[in-house]
Amino acid sequence: MTESVNDRIQGVVSSADVVLFMKGTPLFPQCGFSSRAVAILDHLDVEYASVDVLQDQEIRQGIKSFSDWPTIPQLYVKGEFLGGSDIMMEMYEAGELDALLREKGVPRGG
Amino acid sequence: MAMTSEEIERLIRAGLPDALVEITDLAGDGDHYAARVTSEAFRGKPRVRQHQMVYAALEGRMGGELHALQLTTQAPD
Repeated sequence: MTESVNDRIQGVVSSADVVLFMKGTPLFPQCGFSSRAVAILDHLDVEYASVDVLQDQEIRQGIKSFSDWPTIPQLYVKGEFLGGSDIMMEMYEAGELDALLREKGVPRGG
Repeated sequence: MAMTSEEIERLIRAGLPDALVEITDLAGDGDHYAARVTSEAFRGKPRVRQHQMVYAALEGRMGGELHALQLTTQAPD
């Protein structure tokens, strides 16, 4: 049986506490929005897994229906979709992202 | 393909008729915008849902012909 894209994405999302779907890699982001998402996670000293959607067309398209969200980056914490880079920035600036990571017991300072 | 700020505002207000929409052309190239959308329809909804409502109003253009739209949503004070 072939694994559906949704199952693949679900597997990736569940594979780490924090997962960022982005364009490029944390060292070499290929888009300003992805770059901003990486910068926020780095500031918060969060351990996270990243997925470069540019390397996988199936995930690049599939992630949009998975979350009903049309753009990349997308952040997942403990399997829950949190939002894109605008929401990340708003939450970061309000101190909400830090609070949420603490509340969820996400490892820091890796 | 780029969109004009008027077109973006028109679409958002078609989907959210009470919305106050402020659009800034960030790079002056007609391709990188910031939008601040204020609507009573957002009240009590999580941010993800608020943004999804704006994206729904844009009828699939987001992530396609509209590449870069920095979005801020809020309910009126």
